[in-house]
Amino acid sequence: MEREPVLKFEHIDAYYGSIQVLYDINFEVYPGELVCLLGGNASGKSTTLKTILGVCKIKNGSIYLKGERVNGKPTKEIIERGVAIVPENRRIFPKMTVLENLELGAYLRTDKEAVKREIENIFDLFPILRKRANQMGVTLSGGEQQMLAMGRALLSRPEILLMDEPSMGLSPMLVDQQFEIIQEVNRRGTTIFMVEQNASMALSIADRGYVLQTGSIVLHDTAQALLENEMMKKAYLGGQDGEDEEDEI
Amino acid sequence: MDLFLKELPQQLVNGLTLGGVYALIAIGYTMVYGILGMLNFAHGEIYMIGGFTGWWVLHLLSRNHHVVMNAAAVIALMIIIAMGVSAFVGVLTERFAYRPLRNAPRINLLLSALGVSIFLQNLVLNYQGAKARVFYVHSLIPESVRLIHLGPVVITLTRLIVIVVTFFLMALLSVMIKRTKAGKAMRATAQDLEMATFVGIDVDRIIVLVFIIGSALGGAAGTLVGLLFTQVDYYVGFQAGLKGFTAAVLGGIGSIPGAMLGGVLLGVAESLAVTFLPAAYKDVVAFAILIIILIIKPTGLVGERVPEKV
Ligand SMILES: Nc1ncnc2c1ncn2[C@@H]1O[C@H](COP(=O)(O)OP(=O)(O)OP(=O)(O)O)[C@@H](O)[C@H]1O
Ligand SMILES: [Mg+2]
Repeated sequence: MEREPVLKFEHIDAYYGSIQVLYDINFEVYPGELVCLLGGNASGKSTTLKTILGVCKIKNGSIYLKGERVNGKPTKEIIERGVAIVPENRRIFPKMTVLENLELGAYLRTDKEAVKREIENIFDLFPILRKRANQMGVTLSGGEQQMLAMGRALLSRPEILLMDEPSMGLSPMLVDQQFEIIQEVNRRGTTIFMVEQNASMALSIADRGYVLQTGSIVLHDTAQALLENEMMKKAYLGGQDGEDEEDEI
Repeated sequence: MDLFLKELPQQLVNGLTLGGVYALIAIGYTMVYGILGMLNFAHGEIYMIGGFTGWWVLHLLSRNHHVVMNAAAVIALMIIIAMGVSAFVGVLTERFAYRPLRNAPRINLLLSALGVSIFLQNLVLNYQGAKARVFYVHSLIPESVRLIHLGPVVITLTRLIVIVVTFFLMALLSVMIKRTKAGKAMRATAQDLEMATFVGIDVDRIIVLVFIIGSALGGAAGTLVGLLFTQVDYYVGFQAGLKGFTAAVLGGIGSIPGAMLGGVLLGVAESLAVTFLPAAYKDVVAFAILIIILIIKPTGLVGERVPEKV
């Protein structure tokens, strides 16, 4: 029973109102893994994360968190079961300070002393945030906001960390730095499920990957195998420098 | 000379009294708007119910126009019970008139609020009648202490009480919003409701809390104005609601410090207008300010636009 997945999708069909966006999605994430979900624009990556968080309507199938079925549970209960998210566009609370944003990450925790220590750890991981501790979230640069969103998510001590396109809008250098940090956080024991368009970057640090195309998973394998897969090379890995058009925006 | 040495400070004190009350009302509008993006038309009625509650407490604690216990305690009870009753009614309106429409178009919510406003007005009209209830403040505040001289300014004890209570409540709210965990959760929810749920905040409870606080402050304002103008009727919520709303817009709707500032400025502006213009212009001033703000700075004095969430 050691290999019980932290997160498991079983035949999930998800909808926005009456519009179906996910078709028969199956995947699992095991403890300690870094798994990525790849796919182009509008393929349903963010929707997959929102489905976990209970924001989208599930018509068929089951989602399990550590073996327990959680379909239809309110978002708060999902979060209480150890899910944290670094969402698309970071969603920093704009008119709260960096410190307050971090504290909100630990909203459900009651061990104040430990939270204080862990905030210090986050500041050690991202020294720039310590300098900005009393600045409003809205004044941070994109890269700093990404760090803050990551710190905020880690402060809940998640069983699984969901990340939605951490590379979006960052310069290539910041992307490299960001992915190093993600890898480091994973090495220290946090299970990560990451959504990315930048397939080569994501696969360079992931254990395994799934590929989503218009709402269906069309491919899944170890990161290594996906990097060598012909179809992947053609459709997603394109330029070897690992950049895609998203970076130019 | 007399005008500036005597009249002006006097009107400033009067303006501060009125302004504090407007600020208390404005806070309720601004907090609800901040989270639900809705103009709570029924807020004026919550204020009116606060006024009636204060009157009833005074009435029940009086025998033959004399209070049966310590006057300060009676005033405190009037305010506290008015806050409680208004908060309770506010929570009921949220639960039954607004929450079921959370995911409906904004306009439905607005119409529901309008309906609640008319319903509450008629409810009070039906049970309390159309005649104004008179607060017998003489029984509360003895002749000897009714007027207080501060240099050139004469201030009634009632005004002093109103100023002290309003500013105390505003200070309390400011600290609560800034420092406490619930205050932080309220700000987070106002800034990004969905993200707030993603960090584990129970947004439904925060919304209830917002209605409790906003309505309680509105209820306090109702009783304070009752003490000040010594009467209340079922229709006072309309005018007060418009003033509170104007103050909220003036300060920047959605911003709590803005509501406080807007309320005080509106009160002072009205009082000064009375000094320099015929008294009939008093109410015109509020609406002139509202229209000017909406035209030249719709975001209000401290309102800054936060990027709309995607
Ligand atoms: N709130 C919504 N209501 C209706 N349809 C939606 C909603 N959000 C997303 N969709 C639709 O669902 C599909 C998948 O969207 P999703 O955001 O999951 O894509 P994505 O893979 O994250 O894309 P991107 O890389 O651009 O972020 C799209 O066709 C989109 O138009
Ligand atoms: Mg997306």
